[in-house]
Amino acid sequence: MNIDVRSITRSFGAFRALNDVSLNIREGELVALLGPSGSGKTTLLRIIAGLETIDAGCEGSIAFDGHDVTDRPAGKRGVGFVFQHYALFRHMTVFENVAFPLRVRKKKHRPVEAEIQRRVQELLDLVQLGGLAKRFPAQLSGGQRQRIALARALAVEPRVLLLDEPFGALDAQVRQELRSWLRRLHDEIHVTSVLVTHDQEEALEVADRIVVMNKGRIEQVGSPEEVFHHPATEFVMEFLGQVNVFHGRIGDGVARLGEMTIDYPSYPHAEERAATFYMRPHELDILRTANGPGQLAAQVVRMNPAGSSAKVTLQTREGTPIIVELPLDRYRELSLQRNEYVFVQSRAARVFLPDASSEALPDYAI
Amino acid sequence: MLAFRKYSVLPGFRITFGFTVTYLSLMVLIPLSALFVKASGLTWTQFLETVTNARVMASYRLTFATALLAACVNAVFGFIVAWTLVRYRFPGKRLIDAVVDLPFAMPTAVSGIALTAIYSKNGWMGQYLEPLGIKVAFAPLGIIIAMAFVGLPFIVRTLEPAIQDLDKEAEEAAAILGANRLQTFLRIIIPSLMPALLTGFAQSFARAIGEYGSVVFISGNMPMRTEISSLLIVSKLDQHDTAGATAIACVLLVASFVVLGTVNAVQWYISHRSRGGN
Repeated sequence: MNIDVRSITRSFGAFRALNDVSLNIREGELVALLGPSGSGKTTLLRIIAGLETIDAGCEGSIAFDGHDVTDRPAGKRGVGFVFQHYALFRHMTVFENVAFPLRVRKKKHRPVEAEIQRRVQELLDLVQLGGLAKRFPAQLSGGQRQRIALARALAVEPRVLLLDEPFGALDAQVRQELRSWLRRLHDEIHVTSVLVTHDQEEALEVADRIVVMNKGRIEQVGSPEEVFHHPATEFVMEFLGQVNVFHGRIGDGVARLGEMTIDYPSYPHAEERAATFYMRPHELDILRTANGPGQLAAQVVRMNPAGSSAKVTLQTREGTPIIVELPLDRYRELSLQRNEYVFVQSRAARVFLPDASSEALPDYAI
Repeated sequence: MLAFRKYSVLPGFRITFGFTVTYLSLMVLIPLSALFVKASGLTWTQFLETVTNARVMASYRLTFATALLAACVNAVFGFIVAWTLVRYRFPGKRLIDAVVDLPFAMPTAVSGIALTAIYSKNGWMGQYLEPLGIKVAFAPLGIIIAMAFVGLPFIVRTLEPAIQDLDKEAEEAAAILGANRLQTFLRIIIPSLMPALLTGFAQSFARAIGEYGSVVFISGNMPMRTEISSLLIVSKLDQHDTAGATAIACVLLVASFVVLGTVNAVQWYISHRSRGGN
C-alpha cells in the first residue's frame, strides 16, 4: 500500500515532536525511520497507525492509496502494529493472542471456529512457533514473544505493517537473528512495512529506504547506500557511522585545519569563512613520516586490534581526538607504539559550511 | 529438610522469623483456638442444636447474602471510583481520594448512626424513598448499604495499583487489532484486573461478614428478619451463654475461611497461569 504523509505537525505542550513532515512510502517497500530519541520517529509511526492525532490546527493529512485516513480510528485502518514491549495479552495463551483480532470481528465477518484454528496455526507456522500455541506469553523468551506479536499483527491481514523498535528490548544476538529473519519474512510476504529504530546498523541492514529524522524533521530519505555514503546534512553524517569532525577555515581555494592546508578549488571566494570537515575512520591512514602538507601530526593514545579492523585513537597537538580504522595487515605492518607521534592522512573528506549546511559540497579528496 | 534460609546481605532471619511466629500466635492463632476450646464445652448435639436453630440459620442466610451483595455492589462501584481516581485528572481529586478512606477511619458506630439518620423514615433520603415503597432502614437493604459503606475502601485501594500497572500498550494493541471499547474492556482490562478485583472483593466480603457496629443501628435487629449473626453472638453473651456464642462464632469463622480460601484459590489459579505456571 502507498502511504502519503503530508505536512504533519504534532506538538506535546511546548515540544514540537513533528514539524511539518511529509513522506511518501511506496507499495511493498520496507522503510526504516531512523533517528535519536526525541527525533519524532515513533510519533510519526503512531500517527500513521492512528494511535496519535495530529495537531488541531494542522492542515496535514495521511492518505493510504490516495484515500484520506486522517480521521479514521486505528482499528479501521487495516494496519498491523508491533510494539517494542510486545504488548501481548498476558492472560491469554499464544493461540488466543493471535486469534484475538479474528474473534473481535463483527459477527458477519467473523470466521467460524475451524477457520480461526486454521488461520492461527498458519500464522504461528509462519513465525516458526507452531508448537507453542498453548503456552502463555510469560513462558516465552523475548524473541519468541516478539514473533508472536508479529503473528498477531499479521492476523488482521494488514495492508501495512508498522514496527516500533521491535527488537529494542532484546539481547544483541537475538536482535541480529530476528533482524535478518524479518528481512526474509518481508521478502516472502511483501507487505508494506515501516520500522522505527534508533540503531543505524539495524536500519542499514534491513531497510530498502531509510528516513533519517532529527528534531521533528526529516533530514534525508534515501537507500542505505545513499544515506551512508552521500549524507545530505551534517546531522546524517554524524549520526550514521563513526566520523571525525574538525573545525577549520576555508577561503581562496584553500582549506586550513590547524597547521595543515588543503587545496579546495570548489570554494574560490576570497572571503574566508569557518567550515566543518568530516572524515570517516576508514578513510584515514597513518604514516610514519610526513610526505607533504596534507598530513596532520598526532600522538597515538590507544590501539584496539580486536575485530575485523584495528581502531587507533590519536590526539592532535590541539587535543582534538582522531579515530582511525586500519586493515589488520596494515596495522601489523606499522607496529605502532603508544604515545608515538605519527602523521594522519585523509583519502577523502566532506566539507559543510555552517550557514549553508543543507547543501553539501562535493566529496573532496585531500 | 526444608531449606528455610537463603543467603541474604541483611542478617536477622532467625530473629524476625521468630518474632513473626510469636506475634501471630499471640494476636491471631491463640485467640482463635480459644474459640474452639470454648465451643467444645458443648456436646455435639448441643452444638448442632445451637448452630442450626431456626433463628440462627436465618441470621446466617441474612449475613452471608447481604455481605455477598454488598461485596458485589462494591466491586462494581469501587471499580468505577478506582478507575476515575487513577485514569483522570480533575479538580478536587485529592479530596475525593481522602474521602475513600473515611469508612476505614470512622468508628463504625458513628457511621451506623449517620446512615440510620439519613435512611430512616424522616431522614434526608428516607423521606423520599419510603413513599416509593423502598424501605432502607430496619430492612436488609439498609444492612447492605452499611456493609458496602465499610467495605468500599478495600476494593478501591486494592484496585488502584493494579489499574496503574495496566499495560497501556495492550489497550492500544487491542484497539488496533479491531476491538471496540467494550471488547477491550471485557476481554483485556477486566481479565488483567481480575486478581486484584478478587482480592478486593474477598476483603470487602470478609469485612462485611464481620461488621457489627454500623449494621446493628440500621438493621433494627428483628429476629428472623434483620438480625445478623454477630448480633446473635452478642445477645448470647448478654445471656451468659458463652458456649452458645462461641459455637455460632465457630461456624462464622469456618464459613468465612472457606469463602476466602476459595477466592484465594481462584485468584492464585488466574495469576499463576498468566505468570507462567501450568
